[in-house]
Parts: sequence; structure tokens; C-alpha cells
Amino acid sequence: MTVIEAPAPAGRAGTVNRLLDRHASALPSAAAVVILLLLLAGAQAYFGNFVTPRVLSALLLDNAYLVILAVGMTMVILTGGIDLSVGSVLAFTGILGARMLAGGTSPLLVVAVMVLGGAAIGLMIGVLVQYFDVQPFIASLAGLFLARGLAFVVSLQSVKVTSPGILWLQSTRFQAGDWYVTPTGLLALAVLLIGAFTLAYTRFGRTVYAIGGDEQSARLMGLDVARTRVLVYVVSGVCSGLGGLVLTAYSGAGYPRNGIGTELDVIAAVVIGGTLLSGGVGYVLGSLVGVLVYGTIKTIISFKGAEQSWTQITIGMLLLVFIVVQQVIVVRSARRR
Amino acid sequence: MNPANPTAPAAPAVAARPVVEMRGITVRFPGVLALDEVDLRLRRGEVHALLGENGAGKSTLVKALTGVHGIDGGSITVDGVERTFASTADAQAAGIATVYQEVNLCPNLSVGENITLGHEPRRRGLIDWRAAHEQAAGHLRRFGLDIDPRSALSSHPLAVRQLVAICRAMVLDAGVLILDEPTSSLDRSEVERLFAVVRDLRDQGVAIVFISHFLDQVYEISDRITVLRNGRLVGEHVAADLPRGELVSAMIGRELEELETIGRSAARSVDRTTTPVLRASGIARSRALEPVDVDVYAGEVVGLAGLLGSGRTELARLLAGADAADAGTVAVHGTPVRLTTPHRALARRIAFSSEDRRGEGVVGDLTVAENILLGLQARRGWLRPIRRAERAAVVAEYVSALGVRPADPDMLVRNLSGGNQQKVLLGRWLATAPELLILDEPTRGIDVGAKADIQRKVADLAEKGLSVLFISSELEEVLRLAQRIVILRDRRRVGEVESRETDLDGLVGVMAQTPGATAGVTREVL
Amino acid sequence: MAGVVRHRLFWPVVSLLALVVVNAAARPGFVRVTVRDGHLYGALVDILRQSAPLMMVALGMTLVIATRGIDLSVGAVMAVSGAVALTLIDRSADPGAVGTVLVAIAAGVGIGVVLGMWNGFLVTVLRVQPIVATLVLMLAGRGVALLVTGGFITTVTSPPLKFVASGYVFGLPFALWLSATAVAVVAVVQRRTALGLLTEAVGINPEASRLAGVRSRGIVFTAYVASGGLAGLAGILYSSNIMAADANAAGEFIELYAIVAVVLGRTSLLGGKFSIAGTAVGVLVIQTLQSTVLFLGVPSAQSPVFFAFVVAVVVLVQSPQLHRRLGRLSRRHRGPAPATAQQPARDMEVSA
Repeated sequence: MTVIEAPAPAGRAGTVNRLLDRHASALPSAAAVVILLLLLAGAQAYFGNFVTPRVLSALLLDNAYLVILAVGMTMVILTGGIDLSVGSVLAFTGILGARMLAGGTSPLLVVAVMVLGGAAIGLMIGVLVQYFDVQPFIASLAGLFLARGLAFVVSLQSVKVTSPGILWLQSTRFQAGDWYVTPTGLLALAVLLIGAFTLAYTRFGRTVYAIGGDEQSARLMGLDVARTRVLVYVVSGVCSGLGGLVLTAYSGAGYPRNGIGTELDVIAAVVIGGTLLSGGVGYVLGSLVGVLVYGTIKTIISFKGAEQSWTQITIGMLLLVFIVVQQVIVVRSARRR
Repeated sequence: MNPANPTAPAAPAVAARPVVEMRGITVRFPGVLALDEVDLRLRRGEVHALLGENGAGKSTLVKALTGVHGIDGGSITVDGVERTFASTADAQAAGIATVYQEVNLCPNLSVGENITLGHEPRRRGLIDWRAAHEQAAGHLRRFGLDIDPRSALSSHPLAVRQLVAICRAMVLDAGVLILDEPTSSLDRSEVERLFAVVRDLRDQGVAIVFISHFLDQVYEISDRITVLRNGRLVGEHVAADLPRGELVSAMIGRELEELETIGRSAARSVDRTTTPVLRASGIARSRALEPVDVDVYAGEVVGLAGLLGSGRTELARLLAGADAADAGTVAVHGTPVRLTTPHRALARRIAFSSEDRRGEGVVGDLTVAENILLGLQARRGWLRPIRRAERAAVVAEYVSALGVRPADPDMLVRNLSGGNQQKVLLGRWLATAPELLILDEPTRGIDVGAKADIQRKVADLAEKGLSVLFISSELEEVLRLAQRIVILRDRRRVGEVESRETDLDGLVGVMAQTPGATAGVTREVL
Repeated sequence: MAGVVRHRLFWPVVSLLALVVVNAAARPGFVRVTVRDGHLYGALVDILRQSAPLMMVALGMTLVIATRGIDLSVGAVMAVSGAVALTLIDRSADPGAVGTVLVAIAAGVGIGVVLGMWNGFLVTVLRVQPIVATLVLMLAGRGVALLVTGGFITTVTSPPLKFVASGYVFGLPFALWLSATAVAVVAVVQRRTALGLLTEAVGINPEASRLAGVRSRGIVFTAYVASGGLAGLAGILYSSNIMAADANAAGEFIELYAIVAVVLGRTSLLGGKFSIAGTAVGVLVIQTLQSTVLFLGVPSAQSPVFFAFVVAVVVLVQSPQLHRRLGRLSRRHRGPAPATAQQPARDMEVSA
């Protein structure tokens, strides 16, 4: 007579149900992994020399800065927000760093300034969002404008980087057979692991999910919503600063027009990786998969020697396929109730 | 001391010093004095009911105690120390835990996470998930809830979520537990289970604040009652010494026999020789409702009785086109129709008022006038706007006929009380000139005065020929209004009864499938 | 007085006037309007003329935002529209013929409408979140435009096309007539029919509106189609201004400026109540600011700093949080405020 019953654990259907009850939110990320594998298998079948240590190592190297940005973006999106400023902050910290290095500042100090610069813009966005009820879209838009303008204030031209310390980040290759990884790649992986760990095993991380699930509830549960939300934008700013460092090392220069539209690529990668833009559902590791999917498509298109405009079109279409798949999953899990 | 509860502890010693003492609490909102020098004293080991009509200030008082609202005057003393709480976290740290009416949990997280969120067991600074889930499972068992703490909260029905929310409050080992309308979505057995836990906690010395609209439950569980009215304290009473009539008078401030005057509606006889206004045969939807037959005749009020989850809301939604049916046929005045969207249902003169007033009823940021006109305008389509004069006339008619207060058509609907929002909704549906009105819990969570107004209006309209399908958790209300009652259980139709041939016990008997005690009910064996 | 201050458009209009006053003080020529050949010239006229593409896009954006959506694809739609129209003119036998240009304009606007339908389909039928749904086109659209132009910047010589952005009618720029007509048409359609009310209802509470019988799919779909069509027209205006189709530069950042304009005009990004007049004022604020920055001799690349500042100031001024904090501060200093000042602010109905 009571409506409360344990899900019948008997048989295979029970196991499946139990699995779905527990891990429904990981399904989109799992789908992203499947797509990545399909892409790689398809490319290997087509080109014959695609899945090689060299290509795969380059995949991480070429997209290291996107991985770092995606970690911060994932956290912001998990709270139900969005950060449009990442591309501009990347450009601003990059050109600022390049200019300081050119002026003879020590690389360590430069790195610190870049990270703090990103953090400062993130803090501004976070404060606007949390304490003045400004919508994240608009607050981070202000951040976008500010950082882009400041990048041009620092320099209207590209600034070359000659500091051996910074270039070392890119040029050093730790090799194992044909596999290799650069310090920038290691930095990206470190940021990724710290991000994943923070989200899964700290109260800060769980609060991030709680805010995305139901902010009002999170507040009434006594969680520190205000601090967490501001911090999430600061983390994203720090990631953008680090991304600026990695991109500067990668390209050997700071350029104020860097990263225009990068925020969209990052958002696309995060969504492809299984994070719902409405917040509360998603994983940092999924975002890594999203970035790799993005990178793989770019590589495939350059392998094929096709026009660069096809990258945009393919990413757009793929994004569409992913969101439709996600939509089906969400609708089905809603109907299961 | 409480006849309904012989195990209540005689507690003379604990009465000495209240664990919480709120004195002269004043809270101002823009333009409104929400609380005016209200006192509340909570003692260890008591269940303290906080009662009052909607808008009396119960929620505000609770929120002042839990740090959601700041106070503009008065003092809060906890364990003899004067405190000010800047946030719910502060209040929780001081041992005051709250379960709000709207279940405040995160649907995207697991049951276990929801229970332990914010105070997860940690090892070396990191969350120890194994311990957290064990802890959660232990608390769930205490409630007799056999569910997987790792399962997603969103995979469970509302009643379970409510109990999970209470579980969460328990984890805090709070000295004060506030339950704001905890039983509104629970069925009888779940209420029993909840009350068992509440008594258990009380016996351990927890002070429990119980807010509810169900007076039976208040008398069943409470030791003491504080009554508020219009933001002021009316009085504090020992529950056993306060007769129900006096309590109701204290809450509404006038002698209310009004509900009784509607009594004749159910006894009215209805002509069932004509073609029914609506006849549904074998209407069903997977996972929601097994095939059900129902018909409604002109001028008839048909009640749908059943527990939460019995399929009563699901049936209403299918008939209103809010959800599409998988199987079955519907005929309106004998003509087969397909009701796949609310728009189509409205075109067939079927109007539906959802049980979720805030989420599916009012459009909060529109005015009273716009809310009333919305249904009519939607039926006409956007190309044929209603003329200004006609708009004013329609709005004025329903604002005055239904007694919306304040009677200001330009007021934003979200600023109205629940009862008045419900009246605005009723106005919206009546403005579409429906032939069948489906009302799902139209009187839930609204004050007694508005409740009487709405019941009387429904009875009047039916007498004038409107057909009504009426759903309510309060069976007395169904028995009073409906001539015929269809009973649902476990998503099936299990019986039908003429109101005048049964009583509360007969109805409950069929709903709960108790053998015997089924006076006048045609049992339909499946 | 309090009523005026509390009017929805008080702060937007004050910002616009303040900008004009600052400009007029810095350079007296700013407010001067001269008549030559029966045509009006001057900085103010230029601002009105140049604001036309943004006005079109912001109008569509207002409707989309009112339905709880957002349209990030408008810039890309502009690029596609311009590319299609100019490619048609470029390949036609007679690029200077009025008929050719009319066909090209119809094609550009038509492709905008089609792309708007695509967005509307994703949002209403597939139920994709608007920000993601339009992100698809935002990413893919420029690629499509590049394919249409073959990766080049297509330039044409066609006097009728030139007229669209630079011509004069009755003493005023034709582009201004176009944008004024667009504002008027949208305002009339929204407020003289019930579309405005139903759009707001859907934006505030979609489920309640559905149950009230509102066919929200159609309403939301219409908004995206309008946005697409208006962006198509804006693409024509842009191309006509530079007499070229530039798939990369056309409408760059315009979605952001349009969103800022909508927010400046006091339409909440959360949907619901919207104000066409507010959006028009917002667009003028942005355009005036751009002109100001240019006048100050700031490199245009650095102008975003000013926009960041403006966006921050405007959202802060509008923030109810800030008002509450200031109110609490002043109450603490002056004791309890009179009750009249604490009446709940009732939103004013604004019809454009």
C-alpha cells in the first residue's frame, strides 16, 4: 500500500536499473568517449597512419591550453553559470607576460602575475554575479570586453618571447619510444587531475554540484554558496592565466588577438564532454574527452587538407549531434521517473 | 496529557528553561509588517505546533529563527545565550535544523550525498565516500527507508524525497527540528512513519516545531500550540486543553461555520440520462495510469479520491491534454476527440487547474488581469487580441465574483497570497467559459476563508450546469462537494460511490483496501 | 518624481542623455545638424544611421530573450546573408540593376529566415537549450559563409545596393528609415496583437502558459524566425555599407553588443517582461559610446575596455542588490525611512 518500495533488485533488469539510478548523469560523458573512439577508429581506417604515438602526443600538446581552460569552464558551468571571458583573459595574460618578459622581468614573477591577473578578472566576474545578482552571461561579457581591451592597451602588436625558461615549457620533450609529453602537457594534466579531485573529494567540489542542482536548496542546507560561487570564477580566471602561459610558450609570442572565439570552442568541448549547460551534471574528465574530440576533428581535417572552414562546420554539426543525444538521454531518464 | 498520545512524557523539569526563546520578534518587508512583536518559546522534548492561516507569519517566523531573514526587532535566545544568525549555516551550527515545505534538496546528487552534504565525513581533508554512504544508509534505515544511498535523488518520488530531507535534518543531531508542512505530500502510512520518528526524537529531548494545515495531525502529535494571525501572536496553548473549535476561531479570528453551509451540494441529484459531457474509456499512459473509465454529466461534480500516486493527478492531466494518452478514447458530448495538448482541450471547453499552483498555475510576473485573461487569449490566438473594454469587464467580473484580495487588477500575481492566487486561477479558467472544469487540489495550502470561498463557488457553478472533476487530499471536502466519487488506487480505478450513500470510513476503506467498512461502494473487482 | 525614477526606462534614458551631454561639452559640433542638398548631416545623424544593423539584430534578440532564449547565431547569420546576397549580385549579368539587388536582398533576408527556422526547430521541437542550439549555427555559420564566398572577400559595384546603407530619403538616411520601420513594426505587432502578452507569459512560466492553452512552440519559433530574418537584413546593411561580403568580419561580436543593448533596455536575460523602446535606447547608448571612444582618439581595438566599464556600471545601477544595500546603509544613517518610499516597486507597463 505504501508507495515507497526498494527497486526490485532481482535479475538483470534490476542491475541495469540500479546502474541507471546511480550513474544516469555519467551517460553523456560515456557517449563522448564512444564518439572519440569511433572518430579515432574511423580516421585510422581512412588514413591508415592516424592512431600513432606521434599524432596522439601532438593532440595533447596542441590542445593543452584548451584542456586547462576547459577545467575552469566545467566548474563554472556546473554551478549553472558561464564564463565568456576565458579567450580574452588568455590573450590579456599572454600579451602581458610577453611584454614583461621582454622588459626583463624574471619568468617566475611573470608567471605569478599572469595567474594573478586571471584570478583578478575572475574575482571581478564572481563578485558581480554573486553580490550584485548580475547574470553570469553579462558579468563575464564585461570580463571579456575588459580583458580584450586591456590586451590591446598592453600592446597593439604581437610581442615575441625569447625567455628560455618559458620556451623550455614547450620545447622539452619527455620521450618514451615515439610517445612524448611536454611540460605544458604535464601542466594541463596536473590541472585536470587537481580539478577532478577537487570536484569529487572536497566540500567545495560538492557545493559546486549542489549549487548547479538547486541553488536555493544549497543555501538552505547551510552550504557556503557565496564563497563557492565567487571562487569558481576565480578558478576559471586562474585557468585562463595558466592557459595564457601555455599558449604563449606554445606560440613563442604574445598576441592581443589570440583566443578570439576560444570561449566558444571551450564551451563546445565541455558540452560535448557531457556537462549540461543547465548545471549540476558533468565531469572534468568528460571535458578532457570533449577537448580531444575537438582536437581530433581538427587533426583529421588538416590530414585531409580540407579547408579550415570545414572545422567550424564539423564542430558545429558534432555539437548538434551531441546535444541531441544528450537530450534523448535526459528526456528518457525524466520519463523513467 | 495528550489523549491521542498516551506515551507523552510528563516533563515538568524541562519546562524550566526553553531551549529557544524568541521575544518581541519584528520583521519588516517593503510595505509590509510581516511580524509584529511575536514570541515563541520552545522547550526540550516537546512537539510545538505553529499554526495560522496563510500569511499569518509562520514561515517568516521560522525563517527569522533559521537566519534566512534578518530581524528588525526583538531577540533570539538559544540555550540562554542571545544569538543573531546571519545565515542558515549559523543556525545549523547552533543546533537548529529545518525541513522546508518545498523539498530543499539537490535532484542531481545521490540520496546519500543529499543527506551528508556539507558535513561529509572526511579523512585527511578529503571526503570519505564509503563512510558517508554508510552513515546515510544508517539514517535511512532509521526511517525504514530501504533505498540505495548511491541512487540519484531524482529517481525517487516526491514522498521519498520528503523523508530524505528529514533524514538530512537528523544527521545534524540538532536540538531543535523545524518541520514546515512535512506531511503535505505523504500518505497515511508515511505520516505514521514520520510521526514515529518525531516521537522518538522528542523522547530524546529534541524540541520540534510542527507546521501543518492538517488539524487532525496537529492534535495527534503536538504537545503545545502557538497560534499566529496577521503577523501577531494570538496565544500559546497546551494542545490537550484547546478544543478544535476554539483553535479554528483563534486562527481565523471569527466564528467559522461557513464550510458547513456548502453541505448540500453533494446531496443534489444529477440527471444522468443524457449524453455525458465527457466520457473517457480505457484511457491510459504507460508508467502513469492503467486503463480507466470515467464519465461526467452536465451539472455534476465528480470527485477523484485516492492517495498520492494513485493516479488521480495522472488521470486529470490526460483528460486536460497536459500529457498525451497512450491508449483509450475520449468523447465530449458523444463526439470522439483527441486531447493531445492543453490548447485542444481548451478548444473543447475543458479547463484544468494544476495542483502545482506556483510551477504550473500562475504566471508570477504578470498582473492579476493578465493572468485572468491568459487562458481566454490563448484560446483565441495571438492575432485576435481582446478589446480593452472587454478585458476590463472580464477582469472586473471575476475579481469581484471570486473576491480576489487586494482587488487590484494591476497587482503582480506573485505578490498575492496563495488563496488569492488560486482565485485568480479559477477566474482564468472560468473566463474561458468551460463546460468541464478539472480542479486538482484547488484548496491545498490556502487559508480557511479562501477555501470556503472556492468550495462555495464550485458548488454554485455546478448547480448552474458546469461539470466539475474535483481532486482533493481532504476527503471531507470531496464528500461535501461531489455527488459521485471515483476511487483510484495504484494507478487503477477500484471503485465508484454515490456521496450520499457513504461516509469517510467507507471511502477510506476502499482507498486503503480494508475489508468490510465499504458502505454503499460498488467494488469493482479487477 | 519617484514615479519617473522608478520607470523602467529611467536609467537607460539617463545614460543616453548623459553621454550626449558629455559629448556636446567636449565637442560642440556633436549636436550640430546641418542641411545640405536637403539632407541632414551631423554626428547625431551618423550615430542613428550606423546603429541600423545593431538595431535590427537587437530587436530580434529582445524577442528571443523574452521567451527565455538567446540567439548567439546572429553574427553568423549576418555573414551568411551578406555572402549569399553579394555572391548573387556578383554573378548576375547586371549587378547595377534594381531588380538584381531586390532579388539579392530577398535572398539574404530569406536565408536569415531559414536559419532562424533552423534555430527555432532545434529549440522548440528538439528542445535543445537555446544557448547551445544557437551556438551550433554560430560555430558553423561562418564556415558556411566562407564556403559561399569561396574563402574570399566578395566585393561588388552596385549603386542600388550602395543606396541601402548610404542613400537618403526625405532628408534622412534610408538605413534610418529601415531601422525605424523595423522598430515600429515589431512594437506594433507585439503590443497591438496579443503576441506580446503571450510571449511574456511563455518567458515567465512556460509550463503554466502551456497549461493555459498557449501554443508556446509557435510563439518561441516565431521569435527565432524574426531574429533570423532581422539578422539577415542587418547582414545586407553591413555588406551595403562596405560594399563587400566579409565572412569573418561581418557581425563580429554583434551578438554580444545586441545582448548588452537588450539588457541596457531593462529586459531581463531570464526572459519574460520585455521592452522594445528600452532596446532601442540601449542600441543608441552603445552606438553613441562607440562614437565617443572614436572621438577621444582611442585605438578602436582598445574600446572594449570602455564597454566593460559601461556594462559594469549599468548592471550595477540596475542591480536590486545594490539598491537594497544602499537603502540599508541610508536607513541606518537616517533612521527608518518613510513608509511610502518602501512600497513594493510595481513594474510599469511599457508599450513602445
